[in-house]
Amino acid sequence: MLAWTIYITFIGVLVLMLLPRDNARAARIVALLTAIAGCVVAFVGAIQQTDPGKVTEITRVSWIPSIGAHYYLAADGISLVLVVLTGLAAVSGILFSWNIEKRTKEFFAFYLALIGGVYGVFLSFDVLLLFVFYELTIIPKYFLIARWGSTRKEYGAMKLALYSFVGSHLVLIGLIAAWVVAKGRLGHASLDLIELSKVAFPIAFQHWVFPLVFVGFAILAGMWPFHTWAPTGHVAAPTAGSMLLAGVVMKLGAYGCLRVAMVMFPEGVRMWQGDIACLAVAGIVYGAGVALVQRDFKFVIGYSSVSHMGFVLLGLATLNTIGLDGAVLQMFSHGIIAGLLFGVVGRMVYDRTHTRDFNDLETMQLGNLLPFAGVTFVIAGIASMGLPGFSGFIAELQVLMGAWTVFPKLTILSGVGILIGVAYTLRAIQKGFYSDAPPKPVDHAHPMEPISMPERFGAVMLIGASLVIGLFPGLLMNWIEPCFNSPLSMFARLLVKGGSQ
Amino acid sequence: MNHWLTILTLVPFIGGIVVAGLGAERKNLARGLALATSLVGLGGAICLWLHFNFKSGDLQFVEKFDWVPTIGIQYFLGVDGLGALMVLLTAIVTPLAILVSGTLFADGKQNNSHVYYALVLWLQAGLFGTFTALNFFHWFLFWELGLIPAFFLIKLWGGPKRSPAATQFFIYTMVGSVALLLSFLAIRLATGSFDFIELAGMAKSGVLVTKLQAAFGWKNIGLIIFFGAFLGFAVKVPLIPFHTWLPAAYSEAPSPVTMLLTGVMSKMGVYGFLRILLPIFPDQIRAVLTPLLWLAVATIVLSACAAFAQKDIKRMIAYSSINHLGYCLLALFAATAVATGVNNSDLQKAAALDGALLQMFNHGLTASALFLFVALLERRSGGLRGLDDFGGLRKIIPVFTGLMGISIFSSLGLPGLNGFVGEFLIFKGVFPLAPWAAAISTIGLLVTAIFLLTLIQRVFCGPLNERWAKMPDLTTAERFLVLPSIALMFVLGIWPQFILGAVDATVVKLVQQLNF
Repeated sequence: MLAWTIYITFIGVLVLMLLPRDNARAARIVALLTAIAGCVVAFVGAIQQTDPGKVTEITRVSWIPSIGAHYYLAADGISLVLVVLTGLAAVSGILFSWNIEKRTKEFFAFYLALIGGVYGVFLSFDVLLLFVFYELTIIPKYFLIARWGSTRKEYGAMKLALYSFVGSHLVLIGLIAAWVVAKGRLGHASLDLIELSKVAFPIAFQHWVFPLVFVGFAILAGMWPFHTWAPTGHVAAPTAGSMLLAGVVMKLGAYGCLRVAMVMFPEGVRMWQGDIACLAVAGIVYGAGVALVQRDFKFVIGYSSVSHMGFVLLGLATLNTIGLDGAVLQMFSHGIIAGLLFGVVGRMVYDRTHTRDFNDLETMQLGNLLPFAGVTFVIAGIASMGLPGFSGFIAELQVLMGAWTVFPKLTILSGVGILIGVAYTLRAIQKGFYSDAPPKPVDHAHPMEPISMPERFGAVMLIGASLVIGLFPGLLMNWIEPCFNSPLSMFARLLVKGGSQ
Repeated sequence: MNHWLTILTLVPFIGGIVVAGLGAERKNLARGLALATSLVGLGGAICLWLHFNFKSGDLQFVEKFDWVPTIGIQYFLGVDGLGALMVLLTAIVTPLAILVSGTLFADGKQNNSHVYYALVLWLQAGLFGTFTALNFFHWFLFWELGLIPAFFLIKLWGGPKRSPAATQFFIYTMVGSVALLLSFLAIRLATGSFDFIELAGMAKSGVLVTKLQAAFGWKNIGLIIFFGAFLGFAVKVPLIPFHTWLPAAYSEAPSPVTMLLTGVMSKMGVYGFLRILLPIFPDQIRAVLTPLLWLAVATIVLSACAAFAQKDIKRMIAYSSINHLGYCLLALFAATAVATGVNNSDLQKAAALDGALLQMFNHGLTASALFLFVALLERRSGGLRGLDDFGGLRKIIPVFTGLMGISIFSSLGLPGLNGFVGEFLIFKGVFPLAPWAAAISTIGLLVTAIFLLTLIQRVFCGPLNERWAKMPDLTTAERFLVLPSIALMFVLGIWPQFILGAVDATVVKLVQQLNF
């Protein structure tokens, strides 16, 4: 069932290619229907999965027997959470790019190709297949930014692509080395993640391979100091592009860290755990601090993403159940909230005012001109600063709980990051929507177009998702928790101290 | 199982959603609906009070379900005497604040009244939730839910310097909240519980500290965790030196909002001390008792002196608020003292805590009444409220002068009015437990009398400022508006048993909790 999320999305890409070039309306509708179908399949498939703690096989076909590669799709609770997130992000992204007029058909084709690749990564349990899907997402990403972006778009696109490729190559080197060693230990070639998660790699080997693979993936997760692609990429991307970049693409990196690097090399994680946590907290505090002084509205959100992804990495570094639970929940939560923030800033504000400079926005009193945008941003901001009732709170709460036991001092430091988070969000709300600066006379000749229906739907959907998870986190926790709790799961080796050899 | 408390919290919350949905045009409907909702809340709180069994200090109207079982989060509501008292206070102050809000929107300078009323109702929901929730997660949700409406009420409808005031208020409170959150996460890790009642039990048997030390391996971890939680509440009360957000926030907020801030929101901090810090960290409080008492004394004396130096009536009353809540904290801290040489130390502690609870209610009543009078004065003066802007008003608005005078005398603790009983009990209890602190604090009482009398003299007595020769006296509607507060001041002054009887069982239980 869940495999159809991938197929439907790529079928959508094909249909879009066959459409006549100038029929923008048809392209939008096809794209929206495809995304909705994917989202529905994701939901239904996720609910049908009876035992989220177990890896449930979807398809497994031999692909390249000589190296042991399979076309192997499967899902456990963590995949389910991220597949559902991708479904939601895909639909809302299309709703927020309803006004794309330039080469509409191609835009949505690239957009859906990216989504299809993301679904693929989250459902692959063969390392090679996962890597192929992972690489597949780089190409549409590049074109979406370079063609439909704004502010220094070629630069942003190229930087993102180069960072991604460097990361991929680190991963590739590590995986090839692991394949060789695993072949020696298993007696046959294998790229099956579940099989690899049981191989006892030599400790010295793990110590040097783990950082390669982990950092390779973590670059895409925005780990400090390899985060610099994120703000420029987010700012340059078109609205839907930044929503996807922050919403799901950064999650690809974090997912790779967890699913591949950490599962395969548990001794490696234990050795580097403290360093990862330090970098994560540096990202939390640094991202927040830099967001506090930006003049460009979108840069604020861009850096806030770096800060929030720091919590994911911190959660991963704790290596205890509650911290990992929190990390996965934070992936979901940040995907929803960052998508919403970029939607407001990119679509509702920038497309209407054609500026993101706070000095200009201050004179516009947008809170009065676009009340819906103002209220949405306030709610998204509250969710983003981690106030209770929204998904961000419960996620960060668990990450911090997990971190307290392992790194008490770093936990207190990340509290400072949360505080700066409050400060930059308030500043953005104030400067962007409700400033006290003397207002510029309203240009009545060119009134701003009111907030359209697709935007309203998209915003309400995302706010609803964050609120529902904030109030009933059990809905997702029931999927995430069994993955880490079960002694038979692929993560068991990670959680038991010193139990791998 | 009953759902009284859930319903009580949901009423203003849903009312707020409905009011927000009305749109900016239907102003009168928005106001009427908001008022009706808050009156339903008042009715509910009175029913709660009437059905409450005051003989028992136990939790009543308890609702308890698993919410997120994996991390020990429960939906856990319940009130004892303290909770019931605070719910009643919230329910009384909110309709009054909504009633005086009409002026804000009368001249058309301010708009979006529907959002304003919705925020007020959400603030009320947050307060109800805070005073009834007994699981940290559940409680923290409402603690923060109260903060957001307050921030926007100040930011969008406040005075000229509203933006910095609102931001300062928010950031200060958030610093406290984050410290509080981290502390409770540490506690949760060590003990596996978020339940206030369960944690209090662990503290009494000494398990809490042992568990914390075992989990973190630091000897002084109990004290560190205590300071984190302390910061959260000390900012909210506020205790000097964490008070600097308060004068700006209170004076820039529109007066009806100030009524809510001082009348009820400041009680959240004191409530937190009583419900959370005192039962969970008695040993830690005892370990740093002397510095804490000094802080309370400094709060009392310095804020009274600061009030004396103010030129703006609103700021003056704001500082006097800090002063009045200082007495509550003095009583709280003194009640933890190890009083070996004192006769009947339990009785003294109970007197101090009784006084503190009474003072919380009294201050809510009196301070909100004072800000209400300031709102009415501003309505007449077109927003002026400097101490020197007026003079001789008693000749032209005698009824206003008389009623505001009663509130002022209640605030300075004149016997026969409500303020006296609370402060008397506090001093009666604190004197034997911490004589020096009580002695120095009396300076605060003296200075309070001086600045409040100065206020009466400068505004209402002396030669008439001709500018206000045509100032209208209280209208009939306004008289009815202030009547309930004034009547309660007399009732509580003459018959304090109304409150004391209700909270006594709770206080006795709290004192027992402190002795081991």
